Amino acid sequence: MTKIKTQFKRRSFLKISAASGGGMLIGFSWLNGCAPAEDPGVAVPNEWFDINGYIKIGDTGMVTIYSPNPEIGQNVMTSMPMIVAEELDVPWENVVVEQAPLNTGFYQNQFAGGSLSIRLSWNALRMAGATGRRMLMEAAAKEWGLTVDQLTASDGMIKEINGDRVIGYGEVAGKAVGIEVPEEVDLKEIKDFKLIGSSKKNVEGKKIVTGKPLFGLDHKSDEMLVAMIEHPPAFGMKVKSFNEEEIKGMPGVTDAFIVDAALEEPARFDVNAFPQLIAIVGKTTWPLMQAKNALRAEWEEVGVLESSDIHAERIAQAFKTGEISESRRDGDADAAFEKATTVIERAYSSPFMAHNCMEPMNFYANVTEDSAEMIGPTQTPEALEASVAQLLSLPLENVTVNMTRIGGGFGRRLYPHFGVEAAAISRKVGGPIKLMYTREDDMTQGTYRPIYESRYKAGLDEDNNLIAFSVRGAGLPDGPVFPNRFPAGAIANYTAEKIKGDTNLSTGAWRAPRSHFTAGAEQSFLDEVAELAGKDPIEFRLELFDRAKNSPVGKKYDYDADRYAGVLELVKEKSNWGESKEGVYRGVAAYFCHSTYVAEVFDMVLENGEPKVQKVWCAVDCGIVINRDAAKNMIEGGVVDGIGHGMYSELTFENGASNQKNFDNYQLIRHSQAPKEIEVFFVENEIAPTGLGEPGLPPAVGALANALYKATGQRYYHSPFATADQGQKKMMG
Amino acid sequence: MAEYNIRVNGKNQTVDVDPSTPVLWVLRDHLDLVGTKFGCGIAQCGACTIHIDGVAMRSCITPISAIGDQKITTIEGLSQNADHAIQKAWLAHDVPQCGYCQAGQIMSASALLDENPTPSDDEIDAAMNGNICRCGTYTRIKKAIKTAANS
Ligand code: FES
Ligand code: FES
Repeated sequence: MTKIKTQFKRRSFLKISAASGGGMLIGFSWLNGCAPAEDPGVAVPNEWFDINGYIKIGDTGMVTIYSPNPEIGQNVMTSMPMIVAEELDVPWENVVVEQAPLNTGFYQNQFAGGSLSIRLSWNALRMAGATGRRMLMEAAAKEWGLTVDQLTASDGMIKEINGDRVIGYGEVAGKAVGIEVPEEVDLKEIKDFKLIGSSKKNVEGKKIVTGKPLFGLDHKSDEMLVAMIEHPPAFGMKVKSFNEEEIKGMPGVTDAFIVDAALEEPARFDVNAFPQLIAIVGKTTWPLMQAKNALRAEWEEVGVLESSDIHAERIAQAFKTGEISESRRDGDADAAFEKATTVIERAYSSPFMAHNCMEPMNFYANVTEDSAEMIGPTQTPEALEASVAQLLSLPLENVTVNMTRIGGGFGRRLYPHFGVEAAAISRKVGGPIKLMYTREDDMTQGTYRPIYESRYKAGLDEDNNLIAFSVRGAGLPDGPVFPNRFPAGAIANYTAEKIKGDTNLSTGAWRAPRSHFTAGAEQSFLDEVAELAGKDPIEFRLELFDRAKNSPVGKKYDYDADRYAGVLELVKEKSNWGESKEGVYRGVAAYFCHSTYVAEVFDMVLENGEPKVQKVWCAVDCGIVINRDAAKNMIEGGVVDGIGHGMYSELTFENGASNQKNFDNYQLIRHSQAPKEIEVFFVENEIAPTGLGEPGLPPAVGALANALYKATGQRYYHSPFATADQGQKKMMG
Repeated sequence: MAEYNIRVNGKNQTVDVDPSTPVLWVLRDHLDLVGTKFGCGIAQCGACTIHIDGVAMRSCITPISAIGDQKITTIEGLSQNADHAIQKAWLAHDVPQCGYCQAGQIMSASALLDENPTPSDDEIDAAMNGNICRCGTYTRIKKAIKTAANS
């Protein structure tokens, strides 16, 4: 058994009275606010006992497990409690899950980003469960006059090893009051896991399919007003004035004003191109939408009104004079290109994109003289708390943040400006409001995925060995290159440069930032190089991993060559790579990001002449798999997202504004364009788990491009593949 | 403003709103039925799908004045206890990720099966193409519709 030191601020088991139970209500109305893992196997308790802030045990044996992190669809509200329940060793049907509020003094890393929730909390969650189990055992030991090692505890029951006595967790919980948190606890052996690795249904599944109020937009309180905003119509513009009196006089409008949500000291996530906004407030939504249509505002030009042409020029300029923010150099690539028998050079590009979470940005705020209550969808509750405290000049502890279920994150809700705006509006109104964006507000607000271009070059010797490789990548504002990732370490002469550009559009992290583009570019470039070298694309990559492992070049690189090769081997086996089927065109890609390795094989067919991904095989190494079927769902979603954004999505600009403002001309993937089948296989190992929210997406773009080439005979370099000109002229810029 | 008597999920309701008010906002703001979601407001995403006399319609562009005595069913009224065949299939396949689009997906899928109990893949695509899932649960949705069709 692994021993682990416990770290809790609270030192002993507590009985919680109904009144001090963290605001919870008794009985069924309370249960409505939670998510039972399954139809509850035990009765709703009369008394609850708090173990350590992660777990509450009821006298009937029902167990509440708090899920600390925001739920954006990555299913942590089920998988995180599964880890606690595993170590506590309690039947899953006795578990009820409750979303924890932001509590920086107690939980750590309460955010959803970087596929980090499970990875960063693995130890804390196991410890919370194991501590609870140990304390209940101590209570039983004390009750029976035995020592803990004379007992076993599993499935919610404690048993005497050499006797008949048995007691349930619920019953013993009452006797555990005052028992101290142990200094050290034992964790289970991985091979003894019962819950972890199985498939448990989404704890909120039933609520979702019955339309229960779960999301930020569904939140209501007495006296709450609805607020909508209008931001400037272009980047580089600022609001000056608007027809305030006319708008205020409209039916259903209670107030209208210009609100300033600018922060004096913006922190990392305080990205916001439009801190000054027109706000319109009323009791219900529709009159506000009408008032938005009736707005006549004066805007002032304060910056360049950028266009897609300007963006193309800026990218070209970045390649000439842009600042190189990261680089790597092994050997002498230029000299090696001179010596090479064959040299191939290709450029890849991808436009600005929006996140387009299905639930538009929104937040509830109730600001008073000395407090702010914030409720809504945020991936970064802690950043929101700090920014709201700064805006309102309140101490941090006077700002509370509660998280609702979140209708999609994709990085968009790492940036808490919409919460800050809600607070600013609530302060002005002097009461609770719920701010909501329309789809147009959302899609034109910015925080976009940057535009990227990368130029790859490879040199082969006369025996078709890859002797030189270079990649230079620029973006507005950040380049998409990871200098120390694959194929660094596998090639004698290698250069990589990440180059900065400039834009006044606001940009932000977008599901698997930079990796989603780089994987597509690099993996289709390697496909083309393998073809030039006359090698099978999988064998070609495996040879490179072999080289990286056995004779690595240069300083340390950022991947594990064995695990990388492992997912390729697995996908090769599962997809029967090498077998050919009439009318089926195959592409493969593999990528490592966010600590997880994924390889994918795409089978493409032509339907009425249109290429369509029919079936996908995925091999994934994320270490220990927590919730198997939900883990598959994440990878499936990543694949569909990769196909969708690779094929269809883009923002183009004129006069500082995007031409796309809603889903009528911003194309997202739809049912008929999604693969019929996606199979997901996991590499089984005992490595600590890593995340799945992002890693499924990046290789999909590469596998898509490579399958498209097989199906159409044309290489795809520029996304969106369905519409962009695939010429190489951009490279000459 | 005008008074409308409408029948929603088997109950008579009276609301006093502007005639242009989309049914979506009547449901969400006036009747406290927030299961029907706002995604685009222009009939492009399907998040707001409800049944009007059994037909799947986008409530974001359907004004209350157009309802008359037609019966409205929302996700809240689809079944008593998540036991509609489509809901059961959704749970069996653990379809949702974020879940935001799913009420609309379920309403489109249940209307499809009412009309065509054994749809082909192409028929499923045609009926469901107006419902975007940003999380990409399309493959599971198709499987769930087939499971429900076979039940
Ligand atoms: S909100 Fe009605 S279709 Fe999008
Ligand atoms: S489950 Fe998130 S949009 Fe469909």
